[in-house]
Amino acid sequence: MAKKMTVQEIIFTLEKYWADQGCMLMQAYDNEKGAGTMSPYTFLRAIGPEPWNAAYVEPSRRPADGRYGENPNRLYQHHQFQVLMKPSPANIQELYLGSLRELGIEPLEHDIRFVEDNWENPSMGCAGVGWEVWLDGMEVTQFTYFQVVGELQMDPVAAEVTYGLERLAEYIQNVNSVYDLEWSDGVLYGDIFKEPEYEHSKYAFEESNQDMLLADFDNFESEAKRLIKLGLIHPAYDYVLKCSHTFNLLDARGAVSVTERAGYLHRIRIMAKMIAKAFVEERRKLGFPLIHDEQQRQATVEKYTQAAEKAAARAAKQAKKGEK
Amino acid sequence: MTHSYLLEVGVEEMPAHVVTKSIAQLHQRVANFLKEERIDFAQIQEFATPRRLALLISGLADKQPDVDEEVKGPAKKIALDADGNWTKAAQGFTRGQGVSVDDIEFKAVKGVEYVFVNKHVAGQPVAKVLAKLPDVITAMNFPTLMKWGSFNLQFIRPIRWLVSLLDDQVVPFSILNVTAGRTTQGHRFLGHAIDIATATDYEAALKADFVIADQAKRKALIQEQIHALVAEHDWVLDEDLELLEEVNNLVEWPTAFAGAFDEKYLVLPEEVLITSMRDNQRFFCVRDHAGKLLPHFISVRNGNRDHLDNVIKGNERVLVPRLEDAKFFYEEDQKLSIDQYVARLSKVSFHDQISSMAEKMARTGALAQALGHQLGLSEAELADLQRASAIYKFDLTTQMVGEFAELQGIMGEIYANLAGEKPAVAAAVREHYLPIAAEGDLPTTKLGALLAIADKLDSIYSFFAVGLIPSGSNDPYALRRQAAGIMRILVAQGWHLPILTFQAQAAQAVANLDLRYDYTKNAAQVRTFLLDRIKQFLSDEHLRHDVIDAATDTKVADPVNIVAAAQLLADHQADAGFKDQIEALTRVIRIAQKAPADLPTTVDPAKFVNPSETALHTAVAALAKQADQLSLADLFAKLTALADVITAYFTENMIMDKDEAVKNNRLAQLTLLADLTGRLGNLDQLIVK
Repeated sequence: MAKKMTVQEIIFTLEKYWADQGCMLMQAYDNEKGAGTMSPYTFLRAIGPEPWNAAYVEPSRRPADGRYGENPNRLYQHHQFQVLMKPSPANIQELYLGSLRELGIEPLEHDIRFVEDNWENPSMGCAGVGWEVWLDGMEVTQFTYFQVVGELQMDPVAAEVTYGLERLAEYIQNVNSVYDLEWSDGVLYGDIFKEPEYEHSKYAFEESNQDMLLADFDNFESEAKRLIKLGLIHPAYDYVLKCSHTFNLLDARGAVSVTERAGYLHRIRIMAKMIAKAFVEERRKLGFPLIHDEQQRQATVEKYTQAAEKAAARAAKQAKKGEK
Repeated sequence: MTHSYLLEVGVEEMPAHVVTKSIAQLHQRVANFLKEERIDFAQIQEFATPRRLALLISGLADKQPDVDEEVKGPAKKIALDADGNWTKAAQGFTRGQGVSVDDIEFKAVKGVEYVFVNKHVAGQPVAKVLAKLPDVITAMNFPTLMKWGSFNLQFIRPIRWLVSLLDDQVVPFSILNVTAGRTTQGHRFLGHAIDIATATDYEAALKADFVIADQAKRKALIQEQIHALVAEHDWVLDEDLELLEEVNNLVEWPTAFAGAFDEKYLVLPEEVLITSMRDNQRFFCVRDHAGKLLPHFISVRNGNRDHLDNVIKGNERVLVPRLEDAKFFYEEDQKLSIDQYVARLSKVSFHDQISSMAEKMARTGALAQALGHQLGLSEAELADLQRASAIYKFDLTTQMVGEFAELQGIMGEIYANLAGEKPAVAAAVREHYLPIAAEGDLPTTKLGALLAIADKLDSIYSFFAVGLIPSGSNDPYALRRQAAGIMRILVAQGWHLPILTFQAQAAQAVANLDLRYDYTKNAAQVRTFLLDRIKQFLSDEHLRHDVIDAATDTKVADPVNIVAAAQLLADHQADAGFKDQIEALTRVIRIAQKAPADLPTTVDPAKFVNPSETALHTAVAALAKQADQLSLADLFAKLTALADVITAYFTENMIMDKDEAVKNNRLAQLTLLADLTGRLGNLDQLIVK
């Protein structure tokens, strides 16, 4: 029997496969985040009329899921392999199944199902329709047609495929604990991540400085809002990500009551919405350069410019009304 | 000659729960379309899987029948000028109808002569009509809609192929970028693209390609396979039609298989095991002949038996971390006492504008005691109720419910029993959530029913008080469902409680609890809201609308009485004398409304002028005396029996007499009687013909 793929070989294989399907290979974004969706390569690029095809590994931090390195399947930080294709290709499901074959998972030897699972991230104003993909009963992938991002309706629609790398690797390597996964020849996942898992759990649950985090959240929020006003969308978004992670840390610490929770999520959503809108506007000013068909590009710019002018006129009218 | 037509809409996997409803919807829409288009057909056969909705229409007519229509045009005086020549109006009209002025006839309509022509419309061939089906398909509704690619159509899932086959000929049309043809798709993995030669080949062609397209046949096959496994192992199956329906719509080529898990997990409560297997994995649970859950399960693969070992092993593996987690939580949770969990509830928010969960429990407890006293519960029952309401949300802070939210209440009962609470208290903890769906199970214990009512009432009062009032489709806290639940529980228990006027009393009961909001704010809206749920309840019982309006236009505060009054009126609405009886009584009600509000309702027999006044007075006085003891049915019988006395009264007496004293005396008499009828609602709302 052939040797089982290591985690890094799984990553190589997926990268090669999706690059062959026309995806750009991006790198993990250097800011803490809870999911690959929050990378600007998904959140921002899913928005607006420009095509975008990208794939990347995203380390994703969920402080409340930390288990001190003791639970075989729960992690403070796990890895997602994220694919985003906009507009969603007609054969996206077949493309996905092709990736499983590349990983040695021949559908005829397993039971693969697309089970309804609609995705929502209220704090980022996102919602989509799709499935979780079951491999012999195990959820290995989240498959989503984005419908709303940053409270903006998608047009065109992006399809997002998110593989849970640890789950998938456990299946491929036939081990029951993430810590027993072989990352590369002779080096186990546990060798790399067990101690950080313990320390991050200890930090998130017991040692985090709540007062500092509470103040951080406020500071990050005002910085993000200030930057949005200045039209500095990308640094503003970095601060939104920091807000989100800071909130997650506070939440893990139990420092946020159920009541306050909704309030924090609302504050993040407001910023995500402002950024989404501003990002489209910024791309419009650049002339939507990723639309390579010149005629279509000009038509799209024209359409968005008219919409923007109408919105500006409406805003001016509102402002005038306000003065009266 | 008649035809067969095959329509297939191929989609990416639909959610299991929409498949059956969607094929019924498509069937209905296509049948309506054909009817509107006047295309006869004999039968429509449905096929549905997660990836396809298909209809096979047989006995389809060749074409629409030709029709001769008479079309009305302008009036004669407009159609002809003074010289008797056809005007431009007449010429234009005939041209528009595709005939000539020679075809014009005159016919009188309400005494005025108009132009008429006979138009012959040739029926369209069936293929031409069927080509309009895209509009029928894209008009479909679904519970969730989505867009895909660069298109704007909202549908359940992306449309990937279309088959449109009239006998052996393609009827061309397209939806977005998909053009209809004769090519369908077999099983996603076992099959391939296949061309259908003729419409009636569809089912067999798909079966040869590993798709059982007929839902009923597929379901029967799954059942057969499951029962074979059960028989083979001598198990007893937890029959589960809902799960069977879901599984049926997750597969196109079912193969049932059995798997197992470690016996050590059997220490977990059954509900936990069932949730892990059934809800999370869509497994069927099995038991031994003594009814004990076994460490085995049955699941259904979407494929054949090849490499089935892989599938079994995989499914067995998935269960382990879930059960391991559950076992860990179950053991950990028992290390703390119920009171320790309750203590945490002061930090759990019920709603940020309302209160913590602990405060919510205190209010519910106060309401429950007040209601319990009214129902005449014993001291022991009241004490149990007190304990139940003091702890009933405790399981929300356990790890198990934190992980398996759907086990709230269920774990509460289990942990309460383990901790030595009285079984009645433990049962109430679980039952207070009921009913959890419009037609869901109701609490079966007295304590559970009472706690359920108190908990729901408090939620309604509180949300209304802080202004979070349901409107339109916006009811995020499911207050309508909760109010409907209260009504169903009251009726099921037969409890006579003044729920519609209870709010003020409830406010007194919670007066010392330091509320941040006014508990009786928007009380009028609460009353209307609760009354609306009674109306809905009666409407669900298929009572006539005027009966519902009559029974709910009332000062009666007891929902069970209102429901009984409605049912009573409904039972009698077909009686022979009903019309006369109700007319007599409503005449009383209408005139009584003219009485000044401050009119004393004492009747002075000394002021009587006619014997009919004495007769009515005696009858009403007797009835008023017994009214509280009478059943609604008896009250109704006695009221309707007064019809003749009332008729005589109106015949002999002028109510609005010139003598003010006589007039007021009569108005008082009628008001007394009208008030008695008010126990049944407002009879004036009944429509009697």
